[in-house]
Parts: sequence; structure tokens; C-alpha cells
Amino acid sequence: MQPIISISDLTKTYKSGHQALKRVDLEIRKGEIFALLGPNGAGKTTLISIICGIVRPSSGMVTADGHDIVRDYRAARTKIGLVPQELHTDAFETVLATVSFSRGLFGKAPNPAYIEKILRDLSLWDKRKSKIMELSGGMKRRVMIAKALSHEPEILFLDEPTAGVDVELRRDMWGLVHELRQSGVTIILTTHYIEEAEEMADRVGVISKGELILVEEKTALMKKLGKKTLTLNLSEQMTALPEGLADWTLELKDDGHELEYVFDTHDERTGIPSLLRRMSDLGIGFKDLNTRQSSLEEIFVSLVHDGAGSK
Amino acid sequence: MAFNLHSVWAIYKFEVARFGRTVLTSLITPVITTSLYFIVFGSAIGSRMTEIGGIPYGAFIVPGLMMLTMFTESIFNASFGIYMPKWSGTIYELLSAPVSAFETVVAYVGAAATKSIVIASIIFATAHLFVDVQVAHPLAMMAFMLLMAVTFCLFGFILGIWAQSFEQLQVVPMLVVMPMTFLGGAFYSIDMLPAAWRTVTLFNPVVYLISGFRWTFFGKGDVAIEISLAAVFAFLLICLAVVGWMFRTGYRLKN
Ligand SMILES: Nc1ncnc2c1ncn2[C@@H]1O[C@H](COP(=O)(O)OP(=O)(O)O)[C@@H](O)[C@H]1O
Ligand SMILES: [Mg+2]
Repeated sequence: MQPIISISDLTKTYKSGHQALKRVDLEIRKGEIFALLGPNGAGKTTLISIICGIVRPSSGMVTADGHDIVRDYRAARTKIGLVPQELHTDAFETVLATVSFSRGLFGKAPNPAYIEKILRDLSLWDKRKSKIMELSGGMKRRVMIAKALSHEPEILFLDEPTAGVDVELRRDMWGLVHELRQSGVTIILTTHYIEEAEEMADRVGVISKGELILVEEKTALMKKLGKKTLTLNLSEQMTALPEGLADWTLELKDDGHELEYVFDTHDERTGIPSLLRRMSDLGIGFKDLNTRQSSLEEIFVSLVHDGAGSK
Repeated sequence: MAFNLHSVWAIYKFEVARFGRTVLTSLITPVITTSLYFIVFGSAIGSRMTEIGGIPYGAFIVPGLMMLTMFTESIFNASFGIYMPKWSGTIYELLSAPVSAFETVVAYVGAAATKSIVIASIIFATAHLFVDVQVAHPLAMMAFMLLMAVTFCLFGFILGIWAQSFEQLQVVPMLVVMPMTFLGGAFYSIDMLPAAWRTVTLFNPVVYLISGFRWTFFGKGDVAIEISLAAVFAFLLICLAVVGWMFRTGYRLKN
């Protein structure tokens, strides 16, 4: 199937000389939820801004639904909705006016029933006659989402959608994202919260310092990098790791009451049986033990570290 | 080439609604200012000046007054219209919309020009309360007004894209536009100046605009109407070229 967004060899160097994107290649599949994951300053906003037409690419090519975003910008942009990272709203307009304006701006004929539906979905209908400046920050963000959806986009960009957002809006937003996906909308979100990518996305792209380090199915990524952590609750406090355990990379936690061992589930030999045998030989007892899956956060940290370390 | 009417209409309506929020002040202000001008210039000074080139002084200043106001209003409204979204960040939406540069300019400049023409018309009507003004070439006068409103608004639009602070936004109208208009013969005929000064004045483009506009009222101006028209069109073309260049390069709009 043809990708809904195709990015090839995209670079961006700002006037300051800063290279924000380095030869990025990426294909987004129609109907998926794609999370672009990376720390602050990685180039996520730059990438989105280029696709949406706000920033000019230095080189490379992007198509949206087959339309070149520069040469055929009209057709490309008509398909795209954007909720930017920063809260930018008019002050004196009413909610209804500003959302209707957005629909018109994107070249669509008025459709009051559709606008009403969006406003209701976002719990904004009661506020439709309020001036935007009278709304809370959370409500303003809802307005920005409504504006982005006003022209029925097929591709929706959410730039750091939950940064500084309250629990209720977060929940509503995820509900909406799922509903949009059901109706066939492709969603690309950026985040530096791992849980967000983990919770929402079908695929995850990891970006760091302007480079797309990897793109994976989320589940495959989790499995591939499926590190687990074994925690042993020691019977007696330990002040230092004994010589006899030097073969394993262990860490003392909780003031010496816990021993942690990170292992890879895909390894032939995890080293756990031998570790436990050695501990019993040394007379180190434990009251309890548990293992847990590493979060994407830990995976990400190790990825970025490995990436940096290999240079 | 396709023309995106919905988009242009959306921007135009948005801008006109923005003016609408201050409709009372924007409409009353010109009435009051015009009245003041007539009281000060028309009655106090005009009573001593009586006539310029056979035209009663009160009537003589009407075109200049209309132009002065159109100039300042156009620059103010058009520059603000594009500067505000740049300043507040809402410009992201315009930049990401399927709107061409041409459509953007038509919408913003069209809205600002509409307001300028409305205000100029109010001044024209107010003037009638004080003096008897006959318009020799009504169609030419309306066309000239439209042409100037569009040109001035284009100039304002350029200023709004160029400006990076509110100070810059205000400094151009204050330091450049006001003096140019005042020295452009809005309230006198340049024939009344000493010969040396008259030559200097001829380098002021506003002279040609005011003179041309005055021609549509009284059938004569300081310079020939053809020269005035050429000046307006030259000004218009320069503004169009600059706007075109700004959009092509993304000047101060896109990184
Ligand atoms: N207008 C700009 N001029 C110069 N540098 C910029 C500009 N915008 C962003 N940058 C730089 O580009 C890098 C990527 O920024 P950004 O895309 O906003 O990252 P992210 O969204 O991942 O946090 C950062 O180092 C940032 O400082
Ligand atoms: Mg960002």
C-alpha cells in the first residue's frame, strides 16, 4: 500500500547554522498512529513544521497522500490538520467563530452541523459563544484541536499533545484519537513521554539530534529490546557488592536492601540460575523476588546512550 | 489557476470582524478629526486664505484630508492585520493552510482597503457639513480612491511583515508617512512654496498622489493627471514586487 506520508532525505539547517534534521527518511502508513519520540531539541517540531508548510526544508522531499508538499501544496495541505505544541490562539474571537474560520481557511464550505459535532466531542459546545481569552489553558488547547479538525483532515499532527494537559483532557484526547483512527484518520504525534508512545502508538520512531535512529512496530520494539529487571529483596542489608558476584552486572538499591539485575529475555542464557546458585553458595538470602518489563523509557535511554557511545 | 474563494472569504471576514469590534471608535474618530480640521484649517486659517487657484480653501483641503486619513488608516490596519498573527503565533494556521500568496494578499489587503474606503467616505460626507464640495470627475475619484487604498494597504502589509516589534510597526508611519503627507501639499498648493522648496517637494511621491486626487475633484492639480496616475501605478507595482519577493523567499514569515 502506498504510504500516506513519504519523507525522503529530508534535511533542515536553520539560518543560525544549526542542523535540526539530518537526512531523514520515513514512511507513515495510512490509518496508523505513529509516535515520534525524542528528547527536547531532537527536531520533532521541525519535522512536523516542514510537512505542514510552516518551515521550509533545506533539501529532500515530502509527499502527503501522493502530493508534493511544496509543488502541490494545496492538495497536500487540504488533507492535513495540525495541533501545534505551543498554545497560539486569537483573544477576541469566539470559539465558534474561530473554529468556523479555520474550516473556511482550509477551503471548505461551511458545515455548521459538523462544527457542532466537533465542539460537542471536545466539550466546547457550551463555551461556543465565549471569547477565547476567557478560557482556561486546557480549554484553549481544546479549541486548537477543534480548529485542526474543522476541515476534516485525513492526516492529523499532534505536537506534544499532552504536555501540561490535565487528566481529563488527556483522557478525552485519547478517546478522540481512537475515534479518529476508527474513521481512518492517520495520526502522527510527537512526545518525549515514553508512556504516551507506549500507550497509543502502533509504531514508534525514535529521533535524537536530528537523526531518526530507528522506526519499529511498538510491540516489536518492546520485544526486540525486551530487557527485564530482576529485583531481589535481601534478607540482610548489604553495604557493598561481594567479590563473588562480580561476574554479573548488579546494582544495590534501596540502601542495600535490594539487588537489581537487568537481563535480556532473548539471551540464550540469562544468567539467573547461576546467579541464584552463587548467592546461595555465598550465604546471601532473599525474602522475595520479582521481574518486570523495562519501560520504553529505559529502552530509549539505552538506545540514545548506545547511539552516542558508538561514535 | 484555481482561486480558493472559501479561504479568501474566511480571512476577509475575519479581518472585517476585527474592525467591527471597534466599529464605533473607528467611525466616530474620522468624523471628529475631520470636524476639527475644518474648524482649525477651514475656518480659522481658511478665512484668511479664502481661495487657492479659484477654489475655496475649505473645499481645497478635502481631497488632501481624505488622502491623509486613507494613508494612515491603510498602513495602520493592513500592517496590524498581518503583524498580529505573527506576534501571537496564530500565523502557523495561515502558513499551513492551502492558500496561495496571492490569495493571502487579496484577502488581507482587500479587508484593510475596504475599511479605508469606508472611512474616506465618512470624511467626504462629514466635509459636506462644513463646505460645499463638488466633484468634477466622480468615477475617476472613486477609481483613484480604490487604487490608492489598495496601494497604501499593500505598503502597510509589507510593513507588517517586515516589522519585528510594535515599535518598528509605529515608527514608519510616524517618521515617514506623516511628514511626507504633510509636506505633500495636503493643505496647500505646492505653487505657494518658494521655487527651491517646490523642486524638493517634487521628489515626494505623495505630492503626485494628492495632486491626482485633487484633479478628480476640481479638474486641476499641481501636476498633470497623467503624471499622478503614473506615480500611483509605479508605487503599486513596487509594492506588488516587494510582496511577491517576500512570499517567494518566506521573508520573516517562514524559517
Ligand atoms: N527558528 C529556529 N532557528 C534556529 N534554530 C532552531 C529554530 N527552531 C528550532 N531550532 C533548533 O532546532 C532544534 C530542533 O528543534 P525542535 O524541532 O523544536 O525540537 P523538538 O520539537 O524535538 O523539541 C533545536 O536545537 C532548536 O534549538
Ligand atoms: Mg517540539
